[in-house]
Amino acid sequence: MTPVTINGKRYSVDLPEDTPLLWTLRDYVGLTGTKFGCGMALCGACTVHVDGQPVRSCITPIAAVADKKVVTIEGIGGDKVGQAVQGAWVDLGVPQCGYCQAGQIMSATALLKRTAKPTDAEIDEAMTGNICRCGTYVSIRAAIKQAAARQGAAL
Amino acid sequence: MSARREAMVGAAGQVSLDREVVLANVSRRRFLQGMSALGGFVLAAGFASPLRAADPPKYGADGMPNGWVDDPLVFVAIAEDGTVSIVCHRSEMGQGVRTGMPMIVAEELEADWKRVRVVQAPGDEKRFGNQDTDGSRSTRHFLDPMRRCGAAARTMLETAAAARWGVPVSEVEARNHEVVHRPTGRRAGYGSLAKAAASQPVPGRDTVRLKDPSRFRYIGKGQLKLVDGRDIVTGKAQYGIDTRLEGMLYAVVARPPVYRGKMVSYDAAETLRVPGVVRVVVIEGSAPPAEFNPLGGVAVVASNTWAAIQGRNALKITWDDGPNASYDSAAFKATMEEAARKPGKVVRNEGDFDAAAKGAARRLEAEYYVPHLAHATMEPPAATVRIAQGKCEVWGCFQSPQAARDRVAKRLGLSADNVTVHVTLLGGGFGRKSKPDFAVEAAVISKAMDGKPVKVTWTRDDDLHNSYYHTVSVEHLEAGVDAQGKPVAWLHRSVAPTIFSTFVEGAKEEAALELGMGVINVPFAIPNIRIENPEATAHTRIGWFRSVSNIPHAFAVQSFVGELAAAASRDPKDFLLEVIGPARVVSPSELSDTWNHGESPVRYPVDTGRLRRVVETAAREAGWGRTLPKGRGLGIAAHYSFVSYVAAVVEVAVDDQGALTIPRVDVAVDCGACVNPERVRAQIQGACVMGVGIATVGEITYKAGRVEQNNFDSYEVTRMAGAPREIRVHIIPGDFGKPLGGVGEPGVPPIPPAICNAIFAATGKRIRRLPIRDQLKA
Repeated sequence: MTPVTINGKRYSVDLPEDTPLLWTLRDYVGLTGTKFGCGMALCGACTVHVDGQPVRSCITPIAAVADKKVVTIEGIGGDKVGQAVQGAWVDLGVPQCGYCQAGQIMSATALLKRTAKPTDAEIDEAMTGNICRCGTYVSIRAAIKQAAARQGAAL
Repeated sequence: MSARREAMVGAAGQVSLDREVVLANVSRRRFLQGMSALGGFVLAAGFASPLRAADPPKYGADGMPNGWVDDPLVFVAIAEDGTVSIVCHRSEMGQGVRTGMPMIVAEELEADWKRVRVVQAPGDEKRFGNQDTDGSRSTRHFLDPMRRCGAAARTMLETAAAARWGVPVSEVEARNHEVVHRPTGRRAGYGSLAKAAASQPVPGRDTVRLKDPSRFRYIGKGQLKLVDGRDIVTGKAQYGIDTRLEGMLYAVVARPPVYRGKMVSYDAAETLRVPGVVRVVVIEGSAPPAEFNPLGGVAVVASNTWAAIQGRNALKITWDDGPNASYDSAAFKATMEEAARKPGKVVRNEGDFDAAAKGAARRLEAEYYVPHLAHATMEPPAATVRIAQGKCEVWGCFQSPQAARDRVAKRLGLSADNVTVHVTLLGGGFGRKSKPDFAVEAAVISKAMDGKPVKVTWTRDDDLHNSYYHTVSVEHLEAGVDAQGKPVAWLHRSVAPTIFSTFVEGAKEEAALELGMGVINVPFAIPNIRIENPEATAHTRIGWFRSVSNIPHAFAVQSFVGELAAAASRDPKDFLLEVIGPARVVSPSELSDTWNHGESPVRYPVDTGRLRRVVETAAREAGWGRTLPKGRGLGIAAHYSFVSYVAAVVEVAVDDQGALTIPRVDVAVDCGACVNPERVRAQIQGACVMGVGIATVGEITYKAGRVEQNNFDSYEVTRMAGAPREIRVHIIPGDFGKPLGGVGEPGVPPIPPAICNAIFAATGKRIRRLPIRDQLKA
């Protein structure tokens, strides 16, 4: 049994310790907002926050998050920055198919939490691990900047 | 009749995104197209339908299996609280169709968008009309039927209100979710009229009064937020891979690594020891052609996806690799080049290429190569099936839900009436999810598990190893030019395995629909043109990939025009316009194009004036001719596809090490009038990024019959840092009185040649083989 806190709720996960957090979330806990894209930390679709840091849940065994705080796309709206990012995404109509956007939002939120006003190069660096096959990158960049501006105005 | 009327009133309260709307079907006064549900645009568009010689050919939506339906009782339900439910019968894969299609109905219905909910149709083409969401067709085929549908529903509400008030219907008018009696100002909300409206006859199609486009509130405005936007950003949106049912099992499948390979034997002893693994199930392969059938193999069924994957890793399987065991991309390229250098079947011939080339001042030739590609949708294929009491339910990310229904029914030996296909959101489609082989796999496994719900998930390596690949091609071009460098003779030999090889055993020639994607129908002002199509054998499953054969054809044609311009020392934009020639309207038949993207040659001729205009617009907006620093260059390309006209100007920067970046792209698109210009812009931007990926990094290769790429490390797609920093989309204003063009695909083809033309401008290096990858390195 692995104890883990997900979106503020405590779970005891009864799965082999090497089971990735991704499949624990999706198949065991029932939180399907975190997406499978590659299984090898190559696409970023599965990005979640563990103790505030963005991690690829597809290669993170459940044992590695024992007693840690996991936040997924379903919970990130409880964070002010996360909410601002989600708002900008809706406002600018960023999603096309939307499948990768949970991961994009989790990466963007992590970026803005450590760098309130990222440069284009910082955005590239933080986001280039997240693939969008629909090609929404120009909108993602614009939405990150909008969220940053709104956050800045709110402070 | 009463059943359907109650349904119209009552259904809206019961429906939700993951439940089909319960609306009774009605007998149609209209003749529904009699074609059997073949499914897929290939079959629909390519095979002669069983028409008698006297029957006129059918075009557009009329020519698709099961045509169109515009009955408001099928698509609209109004609840007594005023909530309007509108059915979207096309699949959402990022093009915004779940916003755009209901928006059309809401517009004519005079519905308040805030009170509209969207209901996804199950796969049922007899009821909803054609549902094959591909070919850039949803809006162009369904704008008119959906407008009539909304207008008919509005008329029924108006008639009901007039009857209630005892006034002439000419005195009432629907406005924003209520009907108003103009002389008295009396009002009645849609909810209060719903029941009475449902008892009104559906007005005749020819009597329905459509809105004047000047009065549109939603169509053409681009102001509405995406229907699914909030659910997507909060993780609530449901894709095929997200289906969860009580007691569900999870499966992954080990498939033959080589196309047409077969399993000889397997040993699952270790698999069955993996915690969570429940069983293994053999899936029988199918005799060729591949069609939409599963490839066969061994499924591992488990209590979660991870356990199934672990179980599959532990399987020991001996394969017989079959007839494609030696398929090798490099060797096949040489085979295709050989074919491209010899005469092939002539598919268009005007003037006398040989004589004109012989008499030309100069002759040029070039060959272009585009490799196999995989769609690599971010959501890999996934489907869930449950079978109980002789009825089967399917959930999944299907571009062609009717095809999924028919194939599942056939494999299970059920009538299609006993199969329900629920369409989830699609995490990307790009043509891959038009092929429902993964639904059939789930059905076979569920049946073996006594009908228990089973979800089949494809892993990324499955997706890359067992796809329906974009073809591979060698395009051989020759031209004779006059003393000024102007082409007088044009020869294009296109060599590529055909999509039809997936449907017709042994097919080796490009079909009309492939030739009609920019090789045969080049609308150039060149007097001597010969197009040839030498044979090519398919050694893998070939399928359609966003914009299909337009990719290699546009790459070759538009690169070659750039090469001719350079040889003539001319400005590439001016030269391109000169090759296109003066503005004129050309019948596709003059270009030997019998397909014309399935559209009427009369309603949709090739208009070179529109092609010229997008070239001129893209050039102007990009600041064509501006001075650029060293290592930078502008390139231009234009292409007509899916009855739309697109031109792109790409600015590239190539540094001393040969690293390529793309600061800016300007795309001009003429797709006729835009229902949702905001999504047109998004689609063109996305298509641009996909075009960048095709040009720079995308390649599937084979060795010993096997795909060599396993994941996104070896099959690269464009990431943020490699994408254009700025993509400016310039939409040519359109007219709702004229036929619409496609949007989802036509943005892709001009991008690779525009990039390569820009690289030539920046560096003097000509790229003829995609992807570019490290070809610019010193």
